[in-house]
Amino acid sequence: MTVAIDAQGLNKSFGGRRVVKDFSIRVDEGRITGFLGPNGSGKTTTLRMLCGLLTPDSGTGTALGFDIISESWEIKRRTGYMTQKFSLYEDLTVEENLQFSARIRSLDRIGERVADALEQLGLAERRKQLAGTLSGGWKQRLALAVATLHEPQLLLLDEPTAGVDPQARRTFWDEIHTLAARGLTVLVSTHYMDEAERCHDIAYIAYGELLARGTAEEVIAGAKLATWRGEGPGVDRLAGELLRDPAVEMAAPFGLALHVSGGDADRLERALAPYQRSPFRWARTEPTLEDVFIHLMSRVPDNFQ
Amino acid sequence: MSAEPRQPNQAFSLERTGAVLIKEFIQLTRDRITYALILAVPVIQMLLFGYAINTDPRHLPTAILVQENSVFARSVVSGIANSSYFDINHQVRNAAELDELVRTGQVQFAITIPGDFTRRVVRGDRAQILVEADATDPTATGSALAALAQLPREALRRDLTGAVAPPADPEQPFEIVVHRRYNPENITAYNIVPGLLGIVLTLTLVMMTAIGVTREQERGTMESLLATPVQPLEVMIGKLAPFVIVGMIQTALILIIGRVLFGVPMAGGWPGLILGTTLFIIGSLGLGFLISTLTRTQLQAMQLSVFYLLPSILLSGFMFPFRGMPDWAQWLGTLIPVTHFLRIVRGALLKGQGFADMGPSLLALAVFVCAVAALALARYRTTLD
Repeated sequence: MTVAIDAQGLNKSFGGRRVVKDFSIRVDEGRITGFLGPNGSGKTTTLRMLCGLLTPDSGTGTALGFDIISESWEIKRRTGYMTQKFSLYEDLTVEENLQFSARIRSLDRIGERVADALEQLGLAERRKQLAGTLSGGWKQRLALAVATLHEPQLLLLDEPTAGVDPQARRTFWDEIHTLAARGLTVLVSTHYMDEAERCHDIAYIAYGELLARGTAEEVIAGAKLATWRGEGPGVDRLAGELLRDPAVEMAAPFGLALHVSGGDADRLERALAPYQRSPFRWARTEPTLEDVFIHLMSRVPDNFQ
Repeated sequence: MSAEPRQPNQAFSLERTGAVLIKEFIQLTRDRITYALILAVPVIQMLLFGYAINTDPRHLPTAILVQENSVFARSVVSGIANSSYFDINHQVRNAAELDELVRTGQVQFAITIPGDFTRRVVRGDRAQILVEADATDPTATGSALAALAQLPREALRRDLTGAVAPPADPEQPFEIVVHRRYNPENITAYNIVPGLLGIVLTLTLVMMTAIGVTREQERGTMESLLATPVQPLEVMIGKLAPFVIVGMIQTALILIIGRVLFGVPMAGGWPGLILGTTLFIIGSLGLGFLISTLTRTQLQAMQLSVFYLLPSILLSGFMFPFRGMPDWAQWLGTLIPVTHFLRIVRGALLKGQGFADMGPSLLALAVFVCAVAALALARYRTTLD
């Protein structure tokens, strides 16, 4: 399998604050890799460095076989980038936005490509509508169409589904998988756990450092986390009490249930012993991705305070 | 459980007003460019314009052609020099030289004392000296010409005693003939309309491009644009070219209105005018682009544009006579592109200057274009760093 992205030791600081620290990653071609991590963890900065929008302070890397520092132009030609904020021209129509993107990338058969994209998007009837007047879900689909109009080999998506309804998100992810099936490499940053599970691979970043890497199963297994699920009236209010025990690394309510996790299963069990009584019912459970991420995050000192 | 909140006043609360007020102050200090301009604008503008602007300009450059070597001529010359309105810095030998100096704008006044001056004064036979004024800007010449009215009574007072026979009219031993060249009727519009061309182009072009580029940054479209293979020069040309046409249309409109409604003369000088206008439009657009690379928001871009516009109006000779300003202000004024553009437009429309006459101003605008374009391209980033 060919490597689409191979970066080593990337660093980036803004105003003396190190946003990305010794970041290394390899991404295979045709894979969808999810970048997860808390806000301000350097996901956007990393994506921008990989497509030549930011120059790393140090470190090296290639994307699609081109150097991310000296050959960023070649990368840009072959990459589609969808920014966090809707960043198409709101005062241009749907069709004009597509045409602009096609021209700036010197594509051939512009009319044909734009017509195809409009057809696929289901926006053929609304092609004369100003992009700014589209609803959130449509804006996002248009942005994806613009980012993939030139048939890129690499697609970078920065929180593409923020503020989009579940149905539109599902359609969006179906499209991403269709594109990946054709060999497109996708890097997507997200906060949604269900989206993380839709990715082939996960890279968990917190405060500029890569903390976990692999498939969802590998990441969960790698965390070596013991999790108990508690049920019963008032169990969700025990979190504060339980957290006083150092064996309890995480206690988070899930609706009416409570997930309690810790790295040491035996100590965790002892910590829970006093609560093994009515009306509470406890059961050992597989940690979810979210449990793992909250666990990973709690181990990293927050350098943003 | 929770404490009963104080009953707030629905109609007007000082506390709520204060909350908004404090928030505004905090935000004001966060925006460093705005903050700096709030302090800098009044101080700089007051110092600059308070000292620089003078509607009673003195020490205007004057050329003199004395066609007789006599006591009377010398007295008249020193009388003129003593008025403090005229600085005689060119002594020429013939009328052609004199004319050249006025046409190219090197002097404001050209004074001729004819060869038969003494003879006519002595005989009381309508002795005359000729004062030609470059009246393109009536304000610049007004007070100086008014001061000349005193000259015949005062200049020869000492010489006309004793041996010399008294002239026919001791109060008026000679008369001064004034020719207001380029604007004989002293019409202010002739000066203002060409000047307005420079101001309107600056106002719209600098501001429109400065805002146009920062808008892309503010809306985030710049990030998408930078992620494409587009190169800085391509963005710059693509963004600015439409405004070249806007500038051309504005120029045509102002010239047509100036001609039709105000009767502004159009003496010629079209090649220089066209070249000068093109350079000025491109330079102004480049400057707008440069401003946009220095600012983050449209508001900041707007403020910086105004900061540039004020000296363009006040120090360029548009509103107040350029030669009325002290040397340091004139020196500052020559750094402002509008100053040179105004000289070209007025030179062309009112004087019909040719390429050669406009040379220095055209050169200055060319330097402006190159400097601004180079700086803008150097500042423009293909990355978001």
